[in-house]
Amino acid sequence: MSEDLRAPVAFTVMAVLLAIVGFTQSWSVSLSVINLCIISSIMAIGVNLQWGYGGLFNAGVMGFTALGGLTAVLVSHDPIYEAWDKAGVGIIISAIIFILSITALLFVFRNIENKQIRNTLIILIIVFSLIGINNFYGPSIDIIESINPAKTGFLGGLGLPIIFSWLIAAVVAGLVAWVIGKITLRLRSDYLAIATLGISEIVIAVVKHEDWLSRGVKNVSGLDRPVPYEIELQQSEWFLNLVERINFSKLEAMQSLSSRQDLLNDLVIDSSGIFVKLCYAGLFFSVLLLIFYLSQLALNSPWGRMLRAIRDNEEAASAMGKNIFAQHLQIFIIGSAIIGIAGAMLTTLDGQFTPGSYRPLRFTFIIWLMVIIGGSGNNLGSIFGGFFIWFIWIEAEPLSIGFMNMLAGGLEYDNPLRMHLLGSAAHLRLFIMGLLLLLALRFMPRGVIPEKIQKK
Amino acid sequence: MENFEFINAIVLLSNFVIVPALSYGSQLALATLSLTIIYGVLRFSNFAQADWMSFGTMATILFTWLFQSIGITAGILPTALLALPFAIIVTALFCLLIDRSVYSFYRKQKSQPIVLMIVSVGVMFILQAVVRFIIGPNDRKFFDGEKYIVHALDFKNYFGLEEGLTIKSTQLITVIVALIAMISLFYFLQKTKLGKSMRAYSNNEDLALLSGINPEKIVIVTWVISSILITTAGVLYGLDKSFKPFTYFNLLLPMFAAAIVGGIGSPIGAVIGGYVIAFSEITLTYAYKKFFMYLLPENLEPSGLMQVLSTDYKFAISFIILVIVLIVRPTGIVRGKII
Repeated sequence: MSEDLRAPVAFTVMAVLLAIVGFTQSWSVSLSVINLCIISSIMAIGVNLQWGYGGLFNAGVMGFTALGGLTAVLVSHDPIYEAWDKAGVGIIISAIIFILSITALLFVFRNIENKQIRNTLIILIIVFSLIGINNFYGPSIDIIESINPAKTGFLGGLGLPIIFSWLIAAVVAGLVAWVIGKITLRLRSDYLAIATLGISEIVIAVVKHEDWLSRGVKNVSGLDRPVPYEIELQQSEWFLNLVERINFSKLEAMQSLSSRQDLLNDLVIDSSGIFVKLCYAGLFFSVLLLIFYLSQLALNSPWGRMLRAIRDNEEAASAMGKNIFAQHLQIFIIGSAIIGIAGAMLTTLDGQFTPGSYRPLRFTFIIWLMVIIGGSGNNLGSIFGGFFIWFIWIEAEPLSIGFMNMLAGGLEYDNPLRMHLLGSAAHLRLFIMGLLLLLALRFMPRGVIPEKIQKK
Repeated sequence: MENFEFINAIVLLSNFVIVPALSYGSQLALATLSLTIIYGVLRFSNFAQADWMSFGTMATILFTWLFQSIGITAGILPTALLALPFAIIVTALFCLLIDRSVYSFYRKQKSQPIVLMIVSVGVMFILQAVVRFIIGPNDRKFFDGEKYIVHALDFKNYFGLEEGLTIKSTQLITVIVALIAMISLFYFLQKTKLGKSMRAYSNNEDLALLSGINPEKIVIVTWVISSILITTAGVLYGLDKSFKPFTYFNLLLPMFAAAIVGGIGSPIGAVIGGYVIAFSEITLTYAYKKFFMYLLPENLEPSGLMQVLSTDYKFAISFIILVIVLIVRPTGIVRGKII
C-alpha cells in the first residue's frame, strides 16, 4: 500500500472498530474508550517529539503524567485554610531551606576546586539542611496531616477551575523536565532511559508518601469538573427537551403515558452520561488538535529540521555549530510539558487523583508502544498509535476471556484447568502487547504510519 | 555495664542492618552480575532481566512442588535448592529460544543498542504474561526446611543480652551460594579459555572475530551464564522473602542502579554496586533511636527516630544514589565502559 494512503486507511479502521464497540457494547463504553484514546494520543505526541524527532529515550513518562495529575489537584482543590494557618509557615521555611541548600550545593560544586574543602563543605551543608528541615518540616506535616485526616489532611490547592491546571501542568512538568534534563541529557541513550525511569519512580514515591502535599495513597477524590454533572443535566429543562426531540419517534410509539414517561426517564439518564462524555471528548479533542497543529508547525520549521539533523547525525550537526545539548534540553522540556498536560487531563477525567495507580507498565511502556507501533517521527502515527493501542489494551480483556472460553470449551464447568485458564485471561493482554511490539519492530520497524522522508 | 551497652548496640545493628543488608546485597549482586554480563557481551540494557528472574524463580517453584509431591526434600535445607539446577536448565533453554526467535535478528542487522533495548521491553511484556499466566500474580512462599540458625530468644538467653540476634537459614544460604556463584564466575572469566574469549569478544568484537572466536558460541554461553545467575538470585530472594511477579519487576531498577553505580559492564563493579545499593537502602531507612540510646548517656538521648529517610522511600533510595552517581561520577565506582 502506498504510504500516503496508510493514514486515512488506518484511521478509518480505527473509526470502524470504535463504532463496532458502540453498536455491540454501548456508545457510553465507546465514548469512554475514545476519551482515554485521545489522552493517550497526546501523551504519545509528547513522547514522539522526544523520541521520533529528538532521538531521546524518555522512560519517565509516568512521572510527568503523575506531575500533571498532582497539578490538577493543587490547582483545583479548595485551599485548607486551617492547615495553612497552623503549619504553612513551617512548610514554607523548610522549602526555603531546601532551595537554599540545593543552591549552596551547586555553588560549592561548581566553584570550589580543592577536593577536600569541597567535600567537607558538601557534607556540612547536607547535615545542616537535614537538621534544619527536620526541625520545621516534621512538626508541620504532623499538624497538617492531623487536621481532619479522613477528609483532607493536606494543604489543599488554589481553588481555581480545573481547566487552568492543564496549562499549569505544562509549566510544572516543563520545569521538572528542565531539572531532569540538566542531569541526564548528557548521558548516552540507554543510560538516559534508565535514569529517567528511576527519576519517575522518585516522583511517584514523593506523591505517594508526602501526604501533606497530595494526600498520598489516601487519594484525592471529588475534584471539580469542567463539564456539567449528570444530575444537573437530568434536572434541567433544555436537556429534557433535547432528549425528547431526539427520541421523538421512539417515544411516540409508546402506548400508554406511564410507559412513555418511564422510557423518557431511562433515556434521560443514559443520555446525560453520554452528553458528559461527549463534552469531555470535545474538550480533549480540541486540545489534541491544538497540540498536533502546533507541533506540526514547529517540526516543519527550520527548528524542526535542525532537530532531525541532530537526531540523524549528531556529529555533523555539531560540526555545523548546533548546540546539541541545548536542543535536546528544549525538546525534552516541550515533550514532557505535553505529557504533563495529558496527565492533568487524565486526572480531570477521572475526577480523582490516585497516586497508587501509577505503574510504569501502564504509563510508560504502553505509551512507548503507541509511538513505535504508530510510527516514530510522525505525529499522525502517534495519534493513531494512541487510539489503536489503548483500544487493544481495553478490549483485550473481553477478547481474551472469549478466547479462553473457546479453549476451555470442552471442559466441565468446575474443571481446574478451565478455572485457571479463565482466571488468567486478564494476563493475556500483556502477551498481546509484547507480541505487537515485537512484530512491529520486526516487520514494520517504521510503524503503521511511517515518517515522511522529506526530499527537497 | 558500659561494655554491655556497647555490645547491645552492635547486636542491634547487626540484627536489623548488617545481616539483612548482607543477604539482600548478595541477591542483588548476583542479579546485577547477570545484567552486566548481558550488557558487556551483547551490548544492550536488558529491561526484561527482572522478568527473567521471575521466570527462573517460577520454574524453581514448580519443580519444588513436583519434588515435594513425590516426597523428595532436602532435609533441613529448602527443597528449592534441589530444584534450582532443573529450573536453570529450563530458564536457559527458554532464554535461548527467545534469543533465536527475537534478538538474533537484530544482532545480525547490527542494530543500535537502543533498538535491542526496546526489543527487550517487548520480551518483558511477554515474560510477565507467561509468568502471571502460569503461576498467577499472587504472593507465594516456597520455603521449607529449618527456618532459623540463630534465634533471637536463644541468643538473648545464651549471652544474657537485652538485644537478640536472628539469623535465618535463608540468609546464610544466600551468602554462601552467592559467594560460590561469584567465585566460580570470576574463575570462569579469568582462567578458562571460554571465559577469556568472552571477555575478548566484549572488549573488541571485530578483533575477537578475527582471532577465530565463534560469536554464536559466545552468545549461547552468555545467555546460559545469565540464566544461572538470575535464577539463583531470584530463588535466593524468594526464599528469603517471597515470590511475587510485581515485586520482582520492581527489582529491575535497583539492579540497573547497582550496575551503573558499580560501573556498567564491569563484573566486579556489579558486585560492589549490589552491596552499595543494598546497604544504603537499609542503613538510610533504619531508625537509629534505640542504637543511640544504648551508646549515649541518658541526658543526650535523641528525641526523634534518628532516621535519615522514611521507610516509604526505601524503594526510591537506589534511584537517588543512581542520580547522584550519574552527576558526580557517571562511569561508576569501578570505571566501567565509557558512556
